[in-house]
Amino acid sequence: MREFRVLSPTAILGYGFPAASFEEGIRRKPHVIAVDAGSTDPGPYYLGSGKSFTDRGAVKRDMEYMLTAAMAEGIPVIVGSAGGAGADSHLTWNVEIVKEIAKEKGLSFKMAEISAQMDKNLVKKKLDEGKLVQMKAAPMPTAKDIEDSTNIVAQMGHEPIIAALEAGAQVILTGRAYDPTVFAALAIKEGYDAGLALHMGKILECAAIASTPGSGSDCMFGYLRDDCFELATLNSVRKCTTTSVAAHTLYEKSDPARLPGPGGTLDLTQTTFEQASDSTVIVRGSRFIPDNGSYHVKLEAAKLLGHRTVSFAATADPIMISQLDGIVKAVKERVHNNFDNTIGEFFLDFKVYGQNGASFYSKNQNQPTEAAIIIEAIAETPQLADTICSFARSTLLHFGYEGRKSTAGNLAFPFSPSDFHGGAVYEFSLYCLMAVDNPCKHFPMKIYDLKEGAVS
Amino acid sequence: MIKLFDVAEVIRSKNSGPYELTFDIMFKDQSVFEDFAARNIMTPAVFAKLYGIDESQIMSVIAFAPSKAVKITIARPISSGALGEKDVYGAQQHGPLLNFEYS
Repeated sequence: MREFRVLSPTAILGYGFPAASFEEGIRRKPHVIAVDAGSTDPGPYYLGSGKSFTDRGAVKRDMEYMLTAAMAEGIPVIVGSAGGAGADSHLTWNVEIVKEIAKEKGLSFKMAEISAQMDKNLVKKKLDEGKLVQMKAAPMPTAKDIEDSTNIVAQMGHEPIIAALEAGAQVILTGRAYDPTVFAALAIKEGYDAGLALHMGKILECAAIASTPGSGSDCMFGYLRDDCFELATLNSVRKCTTTSVAAHTLYEKSDPARLPGPGGTLDLTQTTFEQASDSTVIVRGSRFIPDNGSYHVKLEAAKLLGHRTVSFAATADPIMISQLDGIVKAVKERVHNNFDNTIGEFFLDFKVYGQNGASFYSKNQNQPTEAAIIIEAIAETPQLADTICSFARSTLLHFGYEGRKSTAGNLAFPFSPSDFHGGAVYEFSLYCLMAVDNPCKHFPMKIYDLKEGAVS
Repeated sequence: MIKLFDVAEVIRSKNSGPYELTFDIMFKDQSVFEDFAARNIMTPAVFAKLYGIDESQIMSVIAFAPSKAVKITIARPISSGALGEKDVYGAQQHGPLLNFEYS
């Protein structure tokens, strides 16, 4: 029976992997090395600002292994959602890393870059034509949301990657892509079942997170066959078990049995997980159900809100801690009263750790002996954020609450200076589906020969 | 009363995209899972009460047998990273579930 083998080195490009695991993966003769670099998890900043959330040095280290091995073996390397958020600036950032490695290692190959950046005018036109579809829980986008966005990306399906493979690309870097596609594209091109290929990709995209003990920085290996796929670890300390693999199927998804993606839904209602050996699992029955007569891609975008300044402080005073909610409220009112309507709009928040600094839905019912307070100011300019944060800090430091005994100052500051710039603040501004006529149309490809790092 | 803490192998929360939070309860034991799922112990109303939110915020409660799991997905109070954020990844909102008991 034919078999298609995929090496997934790491959960996110730059998260790393043990060299021994990677080398074991290469010994098993993969048909492709694929890695997903992206996620919306780290929040809107990275998409909005165009910066990578993974470190350049760590990404370069991972890519050096992948490129060197792939060129020696004559197999393709595919990286999805380059630079994390997958806008053009992220893609360019990753391409520069590849060029640098190619130059240093004397590697030559055919390279494809696939953009996932969406033009604002295109998205506005789609809005006017009624071709944007609201996602549950997210707001319906408006023309203003589109206009305010700094970067708009769409998650591509496997079709643009297949086009790059057909054009002979050996190294493919894509902008934002649906996570499983980079693992599935070559297999689908070679006629394997899309449901099994995409489900295998869905698990491989987080590499060894789906094994036990799980790890985001170790390799996983997939064997795709005509009627099933098998998952294996490449490090003897880890095993794939039916529990670890099935558990991963739940991860970060609303409905574990129906996973909508570009052009259709991965249906896992008939899926079975079988322990094939001590450390491998065979999965059967996953199906891809194409959407009827339409093809939607998911849009993501972020917009600039302002600039952040924060101050770290703490209190160890039981009288103050017992009244913290009221004190924080009074300080907020004092700040607003001092500056409202005279200085510009601002947002002021106090995160009280030890109480409910982390929790949206619960609060510590016991009084902690210490509480940490992060004062956060966000305003249109860094200067205004500084002003608000500084004023809130000094007001809280000397606030005269009921029954106070400690009159020399309410806060312990661990640092001098006490206030820190948090940089630009972004917010997700678009999260919806967009109907497209053709899966490749809005994902233009650049393809060129790279000879030892130089475009020829 | 049965403490969820005692019968669950995993109790976790995480973003499912920037606008949703999803909670996974994975049971240690097949029969405990089957009993929990068959008797519909976790309903949108029960979860809403436990988390102090309106039932309209609950998007789904799904039992998933291959993982011996019950999954609850809710609308995020704010989109990930928006003003007032406490937990960008949504990974630390599982606290109330740790204290959940049922009979």
